[in-house]
Amino acid sequence: MDEQKLFTVSASPHTKSPVTVRGIMLDVIIALIPAGFAGTAVFGLRALAVIAVCVVSCVAFEALSVKIMKKPMSIGDLSAVITGLLLAYNLPVTIPLWMCVVGSFVAIVIVKQLFGGIGQNFANPAITARIVLLVSFASAMTNFTAPKALDAVTTATPLAVLDRTADISAQVAEGSLPGLLQMVIGVRGGCIGETCAAALLIGCCWLLIRRVISPIIPLSYLGTVAVLMLAFSRFNLTFTAYELLSGGLLLGAIFMATDYTTSPINKKGKLVFGIGCGLLTVVIRLFCSLPEGVSYSILLMNVACPLIEKVTAPKYFGFVKKKKEKKAKEGAA
Amino acid sequence: MGKNRPDAILKAVSKGRGGVSVSHHKLTADLETVRMPAPERVVLPMLQHIGAPCTPTVKKGDTVSVGQVIGDSDKFLSVPIHASISGTVESVADVKLANGNMAPAVTIVSDGEMRLCEDIAPPEVNNKEDLVKAVRASGLVGLGGAGFPSFVKLTVSPEKPIDTLIVNAAECEPYITVDYRECLENSWNIMNGVYTLAELLELKHVVIAVEDNKPEAIKVLKKIADMDNDHGNAVRLMTLKSRYPQGAEKMMVLSATGREVPAGGLPADVGCIVMNVGSVAFVARYLATGKPLVSRSVTVSGDCIANPMNLRVPIGTSMQDIVDYCGGFVKDPVKILSGGPMMGTAITDLNVPLLKSNNAVLAFSKKAAGFKKESPCIHCGRCHAACPMGLIPTDIEKYALLKDADTLTKLGAMVCMECGSCAYSCPGGKPLVQYMRLAKSVVREAAKK
Repeated sequence: MDEQKLFTVSASPHTKSPVTVRGIMLDVIIALIPAGFAGTAVFGLRALAVIAVCVVSCVAFEALSVKIMKKPMSIGDLSAVITGLLLAYNLPVTIPLWMCVVGSFVAIVIVKQLFGGIGQNFANPAITARIVLLVSFASAMTNFTAPKALDAVTTATPLAVLDRTADISAQVAEGSLPGLLQMVIGVRGGCIGETCAAALLIGCCWLLIRRVISPIIPLSYLGTVAVLMLAFSRFNLTFTAYELLSGGLLLGAIFMATDYTTSPINKKGKLVFGIGCGLLTVVIRLFCSLPEGVSYSILLMNVACPLIEKVTAPKYFGFVKKKKEKKAKEGAA
Repeated sequence: MGKNRPDAILKAVSKGRGGVSVSHHKLTADLETVRMPAPERVVLPMLQHIGAPCTPTVKKGDTVSVGQVIGDSDKFLSVPIHASISGTVESVADVKLANGNMAPAVTIVSDGEMRLCEDIAPPEVNNKEDLVKAVRASGLVGLGGAGFPSFVKLTVSPEKPIDTLIVNAAECEPYITVDYRECLENSWNIMNGVYTLAELLELKHVVIAVEDNKPEAIKVLKKIADMDNDHGNAVRLMTLKSRYPQGAEKMMVLSATGREVPAGGLPADVGCIVMNVGSVAFVARYLATGKPLVSRSVTVSGDCIANPMNLRVPIGTSMQDIVDYCGGFVKDPVKILSGGPMMGTAITDLNVPLLKSNNAVLAFSKKAAGFKKESPCIHCGRCHAACPMGLIPTDIEKYALLKDADTLTKLGAMVCMECGSCAYSCPGGKPLVQYMRLAKSVVREAAKK
């Protein structure tokens, strides 16, 4: 060949959508911001400190691990920031800050990087880290304070107090449970990011509008919990609403069950995944000694994800079942 | 299978799956097609279709005229090649094609006269068999891009009766406007083609499909569909919501009839023929004049082209001549495409001839070519959601790299039509189409053993 300049050759297509991994992660961060604000407003500035420590240590651990493993620097994709945010949102505001660092280490180094980094982890890093912290430091992890708007005294979460055998309205009236409106705006005991249902739903809308997540998992998850709780309570709407708003259900259903890497990609699989999460959450809440089951449900379904994908594998276009074809041929003959 | 109620159409449209919405960039939509004068020389490769290559029937020094057969083959899957300009055969030698393959080619130096071959006369066509013979002789291949010999589509076997013709004017690839211009400038031929084919092939239904972002074309095609004659009731217009790859053959069949072409099958397996609107118009023109396929319309566009145009170009004209005629480049392109940005082929240099199946020449700067740095898969599922064939491209990628032909067959790798929707939508910029091609070659290799 002579010295003429050649043009670039590559496989089609020669145009790409503007969506990037970083853009997607940025959208998730934006969607998480309202809940962070709400948490800070409800629990005070210490919430901000917990969030900051989690995010900074997650990013630092990510940078450190890829450096040690001699992989390309990956903090630019912002996924470590999300892990940090989600971990912080799943912690009580009173948590000692060094535990945040331990949690970040579990999430980023053990669950994410040791399994191959972004896209390779088998379980949601933030959820696994929360569970590790919960079983390691049970008392620190359940040391919930009442919202600072009231007194900074130790309190329990509504789910822990809730007496499912008695009438909800009566419990609210006597003051042992916060009212439904307080549940919606998040003025109740609980983890930093999980209490304000309104903020979480705003985030959910953002993710749906930006098409970052499909509504299948949140809807089937929440729907399953709603239906089963309705049946359990013999159609007590207040009770059902209480169950939907309490604990980490909304945070889990919107932000953690929808994690790309650990949930199925096909529609049917997503549906099975959401229903499975809902079923497990209800079973744990009603029949186990644990007050809350969102984390465990999602973790269990994460592990089941490859199996779900295998069982629900979609039929491709023009798929012809071999047996049917034979039968049809025999029929024709 | 086999729903034929007219209301099946609306249902079918909502049933269509996958796809992506891409920016249209139809810069040349309002530009009338310009006839490009004969270039100094043309290079006519003997393989311009899917199938067996032709053998040259002329030799160096021969004088040829426009429309004269210069290559033919006795194989079934092949169509003759005709001289596109008049002049002298300069050489018969191997040349490089846009896709990188080598093929024997006849090079003709123009005498500047564009003298028409004396043998050209309208063919006598009274029945299906005549039609198939005539269309083969015309050298027609699908003008939409795939280059499948058209006469094969029109060959109806008794086991697979055809009841529906789908005229494809969807043109869902960005930038390209040749089908759109065909609708506006050649409506008479389209109309004749539609009704002639409906009559000769004894079709029950003709569906003209167009995307809803082309209101002017819809107006024209609606008039054709609403004609009041013997077949007037059989012809319908179908407007599709504009979405890539709406114009793909199997998608068209599903939208128009609700029938799903089986994997590995052709539209004929479900009683359909899909023809590009330009091909239909060409058939009508050929039946009236007998002038074979010696020129075609092509969109020259992209952000580097000085004057984007719709051109009527003699086949075999070099890309260089075409670009020069459009004023050359305003900035240095990094990528030249033969075909559209979604399915076209990137070429290394402009020294390749325009083939029968090329509908566009596009020149892109680095910015327009949409380069994306590759990053790991995050399992987001956008590729699967975009796949019109319902495949899971990332799984296929995995097994292609493992060279696991059995699993690839199970995953349906062979039904991939390489529309590029997966790679377009991948946020990680993965070259998924390349992996799909790898997967197919793995399956093909395994089948050979």
